[in-house]
Amino acid sequence: MSTKQNTSLFNRNILLLAVKDSVIKLNPVLLIKNPVIFIVAIGSLLTTIVVFAGIFQGNLSSFNLQIAIWLWFTVLFANFSEAIAEGRGKAQADNLRKNRTQTIARKIVGKQEVPVIATELRKGDKVLCKAGEAIPSDGEVIEGIASVDESAITGESAPVIRESGGDRSAVTGGTKVISDWILINIIAEPGNTFIDRMIALVEGAKRHKTPNEIALSILLSGLSIIFLLVVVTLPAYFGYSLKASGLPMSQNLTIPILIALLVCLIPTTIGALLSAIGISGMDRLIQRNVIATSGRAIEAAGDVDVLLLDKTGTITLGNRMATDFIPAEGVTIEELAHEAQLSSLSDETPEGRSIVILAKEKFKIRGREVLRLNATFIPFTAQSRMSGVDYKTNDGIIHHVRKGSSEAIRTFIQNNNGFYPQEIQNIVSGLARQGATPLVVAEDKKVLGVIHLKDIVKGGIKQRFSELRKMGIKTVMITGDNPLTAAAIAAEAGVDDFMAEATPEDKLRRIREEQANGHLVGMIGDGTNDAPALAQADIGIAMNSGTQAAREAGNMVDLDSNPTKLIEVVGVGKQLLMTRGSLTTFSIANDVAKYFAIIPAIAISLYSGTNGIGPLSVLNIMHLGSPQSAILSAVIFNAIIIILLVPLALKGVRYRPVSATVSLTRNLLVFGLGGILAPFIGIKLIDIIINL
Amino acid sequence: MTTQDLIQIILFITVLIGLTPILGNYMYKVFTGNKHFILPVFGWLEKLTYKFSGINPDEETNWKSYTFGLLMFNLIGFVFVFLIQLFQAYLPMNPANLSNVSWHSAFNTAVSFMTNTNWQGYAGETTLSYFVQMIGLTVQNFVSAATGIAVLLALIRGISRKTTEGLGNFWTDITRSTLYVLLPLSILLAIVLVGQGVVQNFKTYETVQTLQGAQQVIPMGPAASQIVIKQMGTNGGGFFNSNSSHPFENPTPLSNFLQMVAILLIPVALTYTYGKMVDSTRQGWTVFTAMLILFIAGLIISLYDEYSANSIFGHLHLMEGKETRFGITNSILWSAATTSASNGSVNAMHDSLSPIAGMMAMINIMLGEIIFGGVGAGLYGMVIFIIITVFIAGLMVGRTPEYLGKKIETFEVQMAIIAVLAPNLVIQILSAWASVSSYGLSSLNNAGPHGFSEILYAYSSAAGNNGSAFAGLNANSVFYNLTLGFGMLIGRFGVIIPVLAIAGNMNKKKITPLSAGTFRTDNWLFIGLLIAVILTVGGLTHFPALSLGPLMDHLLMNYGITF
Repeated sequence: MSTKQNTSLFNRNILLLAVKDSVIKLNPVLLIKNPVIFIVAIGSLLTTIVVFAGIFQGNLSSFNLQIAIWLWFTVLFANFSEAIAEGRGKAQADNLRKNRTQTIARKIVGKQEVPVIATELRKGDKVLCKAGEAIPSDGEVIEGIASVDESAITGESAPVIRESGGDRSAVTGGTKVISDWILINIIAEPGNTFIDRMIALVEGAKRHKTPNEIALSILLSGLSIIFLLVVVTLPAYFGYSLKASGLPMSQNLTIPILIALLVCLIPTTIGALLSAIGISGMDRLIQRNVIATSGRAIEAAGDVDVLLLDKTGTITLGNRMATDFIPAEGVTIEELAHEAQLSSLSDETPEGRSIVILAKEKFKIRGREVLRLNATFIPFTAQSRMSGVDYKTNDGIIHHVRKGSSEAIRTFIQNNNGFYPQEIQNIVSGLARQGATPLVVAEDKKVLGVIHLKDIVKGGIKQRFSELRKMGIKTVMITGDNPLTAAAIAAEAGVDDFMAEATPEDKLRRIREEQANGHLVGMIGDGTNDAPALAQADIGIAMNSGTQAAREAGNMVDLDSNPTKLIEVVGVGKQLLMTRGSLTTFSIANDVAKYFAIIPAIAISLYSGTNGIGPLSVLNIMHLGSPQSAILSAVIFNAIIIILLVPLALKGVRYRPVSATVSLTRNLLVFGLGGILAPFIGIKLIDIIINL
Repeated sequence: MTTQDLIQIILFITVLIGLTPILGNYMYKVFTGNKHFILPVFGWLEKLTYKFSGINPDEETNWKSYTFGLLMFNLIGFVFVFLIQLFQAYLPMNPANLSNVSWHSAFNTAVSFMTNTNWQGYAGETTLSYFVQMIGLTVQNFVSAATGIAVLLALIRGISRKTTEGLGNFWTDITRSTLYVLLPLSILLAIVLVGQGVVQNFKTYETVQTLQGAQQVIPMGPAASQIVIKQMGTNGGGFFNSNSSHPFENPTPLSNFLQMVAILLIPVALTYTYGKMVDSTRQGWTVFTAMLILFIAGLIISLYDEYSANSIFGHLHLMEGKETRFGITNSILWSAATTSASNGSVNAMHDSLSPIAGMMAMINIMLGEIIFGGVGAGLYGMVIFIIITVFIAGLMVGRTPEYLGKKIETFEVQMAIIAVLAPNLVIQILSAWASVSSYGLSSLNNAGPHGFSEILYAYSSAAGNNGSAFAGLNANSVFYNLTLGFGMLIGRFGVIIPVLAIAGNMNKKKITPLSAGTFRTDNWLFIGLLIAVILTVGGLTHFPALSLGPLMDHLLMNYGITF
């Protein structure tokens, strides 16, 4: 799929586009959305005016000019970081647009078929789609069944079945009918289809600042105001000190120096990267084939601390598998395996196939004899609740082999005037207690034994759950199984809690309870009856294969329809928040070094004797070349660090599933301590280069 | 420094740590309406107060009503103190026949005592009558401290309650904190102090003949009753001009020790009350530890600098401006306590501390008066910093930030920023104004960086509601009385209103249960983080000013240049 394409971090086209966009973004209307960078832009403008005023007076200050240039670069770098994040989305959107086809749809009016342009379809229109045609808009199948190629949005080339009723009724505009036909009820107004929304999302056109982003912007603006205060009042303190040192007032701080100090102090790094971080968070979700309806949803994903997971498909493989044969008294295990295999040879259910496989693996019993036996297969019916085979041996006797639930087999035996032993009953209830499904095998009036059918817990899922637990996330397994079975599987998979015999109402109630206790709940679902729970959950991920109702109710859609996705989505949310926090810490920690560069530089002459080097020169612990190179180095460092951190903002900080304290300690060391040290080294290096 | 000095410092800190849970637990009982042992003594008075003023003590109000009540109460206090000063000559209990106070000084003093600052632009014994001192100032000493406690209580309720509107009842809160905490402690300490020789009478000033044969006027008055609450309520306004260095205010080493303990007692104990009320004493001790570390660090730096060889005077300790009865250690310990606790009483002139020790005193104030801080005010100020810390660092664990289960969102951040900004606005803008204007500069006693420090200290003291002065500055002028007065107002209510707004907003939120994914706010890592944020915010804001003031002063002193 388009979004699955590997959009490498710095693709040439995206880069060029981003460079262009960073100039376009100098538009004050756009700039003012980012208060920190807006301050820098105003500063750049003022400094530029000072430079030009100097030129008109006939003395060009190269120092002021350099400050002005680097200040403009700071603004451009900030714009660039946002542009490049958006650029990646735009590239994806372009690919998506190619899939938006201008088809002629067969609109059904009364009993007539009327050709209509797809974009003119309204909500409630009925449309017929035949094999080979593109589905014109989002809708719900109201009649028919068809296989549909959804690769345009999911990237998955295998066609999926879409049919009326049930949980597989939603179709998406832009996908293609491969076989058969379907009648669709259109449910999206033009311009508001799934693909339209996806394009808008990846382009960031509809991007609103998320609540946490707004809060952080306020903190950054607050810090900027504090530093503005510091810088605005500094000339007064300086004036006092100049007077006290007997120096002329003309030596007071100039506008370019004050602005340089201001720009170095306000949190430009995080201010510049903030929106890039947000956009790339959305981007990372899309790379995992998950579409979020808003950035708010990604943030909430980081906060989720209870996950409701469906058993089937998430925790266990979709189907039960035969794992063991337990023969009755007087029957050998080979005999049992043999008959069990025979009864399952044409049983196409996954359970049936797993029995054949087990027999083959354990006892090398193959299906080749089947043809010789004149066998008649008895398929499973809801009434009999058994399946099996009738076959004639060489002696002409017809054998009736059946497998089924213990109740069904008991009836079968009793009808044949046979005896259903207590021992079998014990085995059956024993297996049920372990969470397995026992299948009893009988031949005529004799019980041969029990097949152990088991839910297979997905490999590695237990590890995943223990990771989640370390991160403080509680997992709840939801299943329609009875409590006994559910408990056994829950224990095996290592979930924290389970809900057995759960109805959709139970799910909804459970979510409300958890939320009332202050938890944030995430769940994934597909059916129409999941819709209320999906809407109630803080993070509701609807599977793309699910119903339209489910897709509308959730705040994310998983295009792969993979229930395990929920865990990854939580990871993406956490990584986004971590990146934001880490870069904020880094940005603020940077200021310490900048003070040590700038304060001694500007205050060097105060209270100095005849040599012009005042006492505050002791603060020049970096031994920077000259006052001017010190200030310039700080400004250059401040600008360059933005560009250097763009990849980190786009990729996100390293994220591992560990406890809060562990990840905090690590991030603090890297970004807190690193944030204090890095500029000392960086500024010194730049100063050395300038003074070469 | 001698071993004796060291033992005394350790003893001082040990006594504080030991009293924290005892008084903290008692206050917890008082503020949550539980039974306690003073109830039988003053319970009738509480009931009478409610009956007399028509208060239903169980009625809970939302944050807006709570704030409105608080502001009205303070306004009335201000107007009353302002008026009785203007007309003190016509009022009783004025044996020294002091004249009416000037309007600007009266304004400054009324604001000062209402805001728990107790900055004194006047000299007590030559300006204010016994009537004003007792009915005006001493009453404000009690109720301004009680106001601080009330704000803190509202904030704690906002943090610990969930999905509700009620923040408590302002009138109940100030009544209980006055009757059961401030009053009993003051009575107890007053009796001890009178025993130590602090004066408490209504006599006229005595004129005595000194040994040299000169005439000297010895001021008298009801000092003990005002002094105990000036310490207990972190007020700091002295009865006499030389404050706690005056022998009638602070006669003996024991009285000195007890008063130092009294300065910090309620603020330290409130951290324990806080822990109890948020249902985790560990949280309380975390805050306590962060405060204690900052306190001790400042103390060590100050002591180190005071006891280091002075480059001009060789090894002599500088005693000018310090009380010989107390010596260096007790002067520094007191200065650390009084500046940390937003108290402002002094037993040595801070102007005469070594530049670095003076800078530490200034930093204690500039950080926001949150190292124990004023009664109630220190802790609610600290919670503001906790909110900022949690917001910045909390993100690094991959969750939107929360403190004690409450999400920290836009509104909280907004209010926290205002609370941090308000006092800094006062310090920066007003110091800048004073340091370039003639009416600002004309009051200076010293030149150069030392003079600048005087200005910076005055506005920091006002903004932090501390009230101590760097001395040297003649602040009883229209300019200083007005600017400092408004500075105190902004420094007090610019924090209180946002804090109450935060309380009101947090009150409505759900509480997220603790899990392994929660950002812990009760361990050493958080203590370190909190200290780092406090120092970073304070440091980044004040580094330029401090480097031009006390730091420059210190460096120049090493070159042999003094001011």
